[in-house]
Amino acid sequence: MSPLVAGLLQVGILITALAVVYRPFGDYMARVFRSEKHSKLELAIYRFGRIDPNSEQKWSTYAYGVLGFSFVGIVLLYVLQRIQSVLPFNFERGNVPEGMAFNTAISFVTNTNWQSYVPEAVMGHTVQMVGLTVQNFVSAAVGLAVAVALIRGFVRHQTDRLGNFWVDLVRGTIRILLPIAFVAAIVLIALGVTMSIKSGVDVDGQAIANAPVASQEAIKELGTNGGGVLNANSAHPFENPNEWSNLFEIFLLLAIPVALTRTFGQLVGEKKQGYVLLSVMGGLWAAMLAVIWGAEASGLRPLEGKELRFDVAGSAIFANSTTGTSTGAVNSLHDSYTGLGGGGALLNMLFGEMTPGGVGTGIYSILVMAIIAMFLAGLMVGRTPEYLGKKLGRKEVTAAAVSILAMPTVLLIGAGIAAILPSTQGALNNSGSHGLSEILYAYASASNNNGSAFAGITVTNDWFQSSLGLCMLFGRFLPIIAVLALAGSLAAQKKVPVTAGTLPTTGPLFASLLTGAIVLVAALTFVPALALGPIAEALL
Amino acid sequence: MTSTLQRTPEEIRDRHAENLGHKVGSGVFNPRQLLTSFPDALRKFDPRHQLRNPVMVVVWVGSLLVTVFAVTDPSVFTIAVTLWLWGTVLFANLAEAVAEGRGKAQADSLRKTKKDAVARRLTEDGSEERVPGTDLRIGDLVVVEAGEVIPGDGDVVEGIATVDESAITGESAPVIRESGGDRCAVTGGTTVLSDRVVVKITTKPGESFVDRMIALVEGAERQKTPNEIALTILLSTLTIIFMLAVVALQPFAIFSGGEQSVIVLTALLVCLIPTTIGALLSAIGIAGMDRLVQRNVLATSGKAVEAAGDIDTLLLDKTGTITWGNRRATEFIAANGTDERRLAEAVRLSSLADGTPEGRSIIELCVEKYGLSAEPADAEKAGEFVPFTAQTRMSGIDLNGRSIRKGAASGFTTSDEVRGIVDRISEDGGTPLVVAENDEVLGVIRLSDVVKPGMKKRFAELRAMGIRTVMVTGDNPLTAKAIAAEAGVDDFLAEAKPEDKMALIRKEQEGGRLVAMTGDGTNDAPALAQSDVGVAMNTGTSAAKEAGNMVDLDSDPTKLIEIVEIGKQLLITRGALTTFSVANDLAKYFAILPAMFAAIYPALDKLNIMHLATPQSAILSAVIFNALIIVALIPLALKGVRYRPSSASALLRRNLLIYGLGGIVTPFAGIWLIDLLVRLIPGIG
Repeated sequence: MSPLVAGLLQVGILITALAVVYRPFGDYMARVFRSEKHSKLELAIYRFGRIDPNSEQKWSTYAYGVLGFSFVGIVLLYVLQRIQSVLPFNFERGNVPEGMAFNTAISFVTNTNWQSYVPEAVMGHTVQMVGLTVQNFVSAAVGLAVAVALIRGFVRHQTDRLGNFWVDLVRGTIRILLPIAFVAAIVLIALGVTMSIKSGVDVDGQAIANAPVASQEAIKELGTNGGGVLNANSAHPFENPNEWSNLFEIFLLLAIPVALTRTFGQLVGEKKQGYVLLSVMGGLWAAMLAVIWGAEASGLRPLEGKELRFDVAGSAIFANSTTGTSTGAVNSLHDSYTGLGGGGALLNMLFGEMTPGGVGTGIYSILVMAIIAMFLAGLMVGRTPEYLGKKLGRKEVTAAAVSILAMPTVLLIGAGIAAILPSTQGALNNSGSHGLSEILYAYASASNNNGSAFAGITVTNDWFQSSLGLCMLFGRFLPIIAVLALAGSLAAQKKVPVTAGTLPTTGPLFASLLTGAIVLVAALTFVPALALGPIAEALL
Repeated sequence: MTSTLQRTPEEIRDRHAENLGHKVGSGVFNPRQLLTSFPDALRKFDPRHQLRNPVMVVVWVGSLLVTVFAVTDPSVFTIAVTLWLWGTVLFANLAEAVAEGRGKAQADSLRKTKKDAVARRLTEDGSEERVPGTDLRIGDLVVVEAGEVIPGDGDVVEGIATVDESAITGESAPVIRESGGDRCAVTGGTTVLSDRVVVKITTKPGESFVDRMIALVEGAERQKTPNEIALTILLSTLTIIFMLAVVALQPFAIFSGGEQSVIVLTALLVCLIPTTIGALLSAIGIAGMDRLVQRNVLATSGKAVEAAGDIDTLLLDKTGTITWGNRRATEFIAANGTDERRLAEAVRLSSLADGTPEGRSIIELCVEKYGLSAEPADAEKAGEFVPFTAQTRMSGIDLNGRSIRKGAASGFTTSDEVRGIVDRISEDGGTPLVVAENDEVLGVIRLSDVVKPGMKKRFAELRAMGIRTVMVTGDNPLTAKAIAAEAGVDDFLAEAKPEDKMALIRKEQEGGRLVAMTGDGTNDAPALAQSDVGVAMNTGTSAAKEAGNMVDLDSDPTKLIEIVEIGKQLLITRGALTTFSVANDLAKYFAILPAMFAAIYPALDKLNIMHLATPQSAILSAVIFNALIIVALIPLALKGVRYRPSSASALLRRNLLIYGLGGIVTPFAGIWLIDLLVRLIPGIG
């Protein structure tokens, strides 16, 4: 079988698998968030947390919940790392240094899972399982909750209530992420992923690090987290042993973001509204795959930095999906990609993570972009702009603008300072355009809560640990606050009836408009920087 | 007044153009305005003025910054860039000044009408005292006689008079104002032509209709409308994004070994931020208001104009809006064995001298259907016209012993046959006029409501725009239904009382729909206030004018449709120019980025697809294009993007094609052309 056919076959299997789960999975998630009933386990949790699950919150209270929960998560994770030396299963791995612990705590709570550490040398099983893995679940559930709150903003009218954050968080974790991750872990074990409580195995006298990989691998992909328990991440044979496990992992990381478009359509009561978002996400995903795959296949050294068992296609599909979903797991070294291929992965993140984006974040990011696109489109048809029956006025545009501004702001400030710091030169493997690509990639990955590493850059000095940490923090929570404020002002509105004058948002016209807006915003913001990095590299 | 209702919308538009031709250039941009507005444009360099516009304030600060560098390190390039950056600010100022200038001309001509009239105020004991018009207070009673100017806005409480309102409306035909009823409102500054009236003043000095109109056209009280505010936020966001992108570019350039000068970075920034729309935004708003004024409509706020573009439901009064205000003859029915031709001839004779609209419509029917002459023959001129009176309820002519009369059936002795015809016509919603010669009944004229030509097409257009039309009438449901079907309205409200109208508006609004209506009577006032766009007729009462948020000086109810179109056009112009402005950036990147960085990465010169001569000429050409496009688009901003009623998707597709795709292509051509000239400058090329 030629590599092209093999690659297309993989894409075909992947899309088929996603298509099969799309409806049941999307509908299930809609039911989860619409259900009035609480399970016994959930009720016990609410009692323990003294939460009234039937009370609903205003957007601000909802936002306080998100921020408070995440802040406590960061503190706990930080403390856990700093006292590792006294924790069980530490395998004599000592306390994590301050800068690294700060960066890692933020990284996992913000669903970024940027790793400035070597897991098998730094983290013991306790921090890994009680700290990092817990955040793998709940940080994804936070993203889901925020997305659902925004959707409620569209669905509800003349109310200031957006649902209960704690209920959404608990349901997302218990009803969606845990059961699927459980099944996925078993599948992964069956596919050959390791699962061991020991710190390593002895192979012919050589100690090979090991861990309970499969259980964490499942949520690593499913929750679009990406932080591996082994340094080589999904390139490691214990994490990703063969083409089938590779394909399954790609499937896992795309599953929720893709199915959420169905959930969205269900919740707003018009499935087409979800399909059109899926078509935009899928269209960009496919286009970027063509760019990355094409660039890599025609590169001078197509297999440099790639695992032979995945070949170019298996690496390109993974790279495209992991950067398009804010997952950040990697099965190849993006630093070794061609200028265009690596630039493509970078651009995927610069789109703002919506092709199809992370768990929850993908759908709320694309909805924010849809609001901007519909604002301009609405003006162009001569009506006060509206989307999904809600008018887009001063408040809505402001919230959408803040949400969109946050990422480029922290990214460009961080990367700009890093570029001129003398210490940076020492941290880079390359100078010139590829060196700039390495800096841009690191800050894009952090600011977009992707977490994938281009590598080729050593990020352990204090500047990188703290600046990337802050990029992750603001890149995550500024948009979340803006999105919840947006949800609040949408929910407070009356519903505008659909008339013949309403601009339809289900057809190809809207899809191209939205695609255009996503590409244009990213291009206009980042072309100057990209010109000196990947573009200069690719044109050489 | 009735004369206005007789005209088709097209005629009315033409007439405005004529009447207002002396006041403002009606919608057409005259390049001379650029020159005359120049002093105003210079005044707008004041930083306090610039602060109102977040996009242009960045250009202003940038220009100041490069000026400092151009002075310390002068070269042909730096001086040229500096001048063109200031030129960008100037052109933005000019756009606004031109838009305001058009309003000012109109305000000046209004001010001339605002003579300081001396009022004859009635004191409590009934005597008169002469006071300046500015001393009048609400509730004062003043006497105005033929030849005098009405000293303030008010209602006629005694008497009847003809009034020349041309100073306000541009309409030279005098109108009748009388106490009581819905024709009692008079406007300060208009002149009484005949008779004597007592007017009760209803507004304070300085707040009169003319004062408000002046403030409005001058844009003195112009506040940003909701959509304009939201758009300004979006433009500010884009400006911030580009500032970040350009500021961060310097460290990246230093990292890459190609540090850039402040002048080049500022030039890049100014080219990228949405200066085109930023410069034209306020001109678009002022011009939108101006377009309304040109159509003789006064809006109390820009917000109302915007709301007009959002209207979902239009309530239209049947009479005068959908049908001719007056009933027209549609059929002659002979009776008592009379020959139909004889009836027609008699009818014609009786109506030759009848100047009423009904009379004219009878003559028209005689001409069209029976081929009779509309002009009296010499022999017929001797006839003596007998006018209609309330007592006789008939009119006619006495000629050579023939006495022809037409009028209400009750004035004649009628046979069963004639009574049958009369009843049938009444049941159909028509009005029967019995015709008799020397007391012998010849037949009956059917007068019926006639839908104005072209209404069906207009309603179809409205439907395409997504607007539902509801006809409101006092007729019985059967008649209403027939006319509604003929006119092609979506719905009707029959036997409507003011409360019903109000209830309908509330019901629509509860469903989230925006409602527009016209009205003139005092009993329309609550509904006018409740509706989202309430257009009061100038002939209407003060109460109606106060309640609505627009006043139509022509009192032409069909104008509501035009108002909706102007509201939409306003938004479309903003959206289209924003799209154009942003789309322009692509070409500017292709021009400027290779110019900046081809020195360190020669491969980037591949992006110089316009083959611009040198880095300096490339940057300068982009800056010049960016400035000139503002001037080039001033006419469009003032005139508004063309609006054709069609579905939202069709509109979007069309505007995306013209302003999106056009916005991408135009600057490539423009910058390339400018570069061909700029490269000839020594020190640049």
